[in-house]
Amino acid sequence: MKKVLASLTLGASLALSGVNAQAADYQIDSQGQHAFINFKISHLGYSWLYGRFNDFSGTFSWDADQPQDSAVRVSIDPASVDTNHAERDKHLRSGDFLDVNTYPEAGFTSTRVEALDNGRLKVTGDLTLHGVTKEVVIDAALLGEGEDPWGGYRAGFEGTTKIRLADFGINAQLGPDAEAVTLILSVEGIRQ
Amino acid sequence: MQLNNHTSSYGWIAILLHWLMAIAIIGLAIVGLWMVDLNYYSPWYKTAPFWHKSIGLLLLVLLAFRLFWRWRQPTPQAPVGHQPWEKRLASLTHGLLYGLLAVILLSGYLISTAKGDGISFFGLFEVPALISGLDNQADLSGWIHFWAAMILLGLAALHAAGALKHHLLDRDTTLIRMLKPTPIQTEEH
Repeated sequence: MKKVLASLTLGASLALSGVNAQAADYQIDSQGQHAFINFKISHLGYSWLYGRFNDFSGTFSWDADQPQDSAVRVSIDPASVDTNHAERDKHLRSGDFLDVNTYPEAGFTSTRVEALDNGRLKVTGDLTLHGVTKEVVIDAALLGEGEDPWGGYRAGFEGTTKIRLADFGINAQLGPDAEAVTLILSVEGIRQ
Repeated sequence: MQLNNHTSSYGWIAILLHWLMAIAIIGLAIVGLWMVDLNYYSPWYKTAPFWHKSIGLLLLVLLAFRLFWRWRQPTPQAPVGHQPWEKRLASLTHGLLYGLLAVILLSGYLISTAKGDGISFFGLFEVPALISGLDNQADLSGWIHFWAAMILLGLAALHAAGALKHHLLDRDTTLIRMLKPTPIQTEEH
């Protein structure tokens, strides 16, 4: 039985991989919850408040030998914002912050990937939030890649970028220390 | 001290419940509309919702007791001279006021408990979350909470207008008997 399963999985992965181009395509493993879009913002300048977007999906292409050919695209459901506090999350979804009824879509699409000398990746792209699309630079790094125990192949990255809320038309006044939020994208992709 | 209702008079318990709840409802509506737009640095940012929720929970207890009291006590008959349409409209309004109040209190509870956290009752103890994690629970409950409250305020205005109409135009006892119990005339032959 195990052998049958193994050969079935192998067959499936062979069929899915198709013709291998230079950069392989990866599906971000949001289904298996091996991917997180987190954020942190200062609370009064005294501590970090962490939150995340629970619902998102995305793909990236990656070739360790040709990092500049890489690309990433993520679409985020802003209504899935979660800071583990019902009333605060309701407030974040409202017109005071993300206004998710008016702007139900958010996301990031890379336009350029550069490999830096220090081994990190500079991912430039368009971030859409609150109906505003602006260019941001994500400071990212490959965390690791390789075969998984179930016949697949995975690669994981983490990247951060800091955005000013006012730049995206979010004008809520949370104090001088809470004008910017750091987005932390920590994602694992399964090679297709 | 006439605590109980009579077929022609409200008792002190019904009268006190009526006015106490009227004040609480109007106060909660004003505080509710005001607190959602507070600046983050306002000293009321945390205390206003705390009192709003605590008093809301108290109102839920009062509503339950009031409905129990209404069930156990005789309902005074409408004063002589009330038109049939007035009686129908009044009892429909009363029913809607009770129903809407229940909807407002429960939807408010469902906002705060949407992620499984309880609600503090005046800091004394926590009322646990019984229903949480429903799809879109906090936002949908918030929408219902707001609009049911708006409709309730409109009906309360209609209710007050009716009372004033009876008092000023019809010059009957409708309003007076909700201010204090009328002495019961024992009929002796």
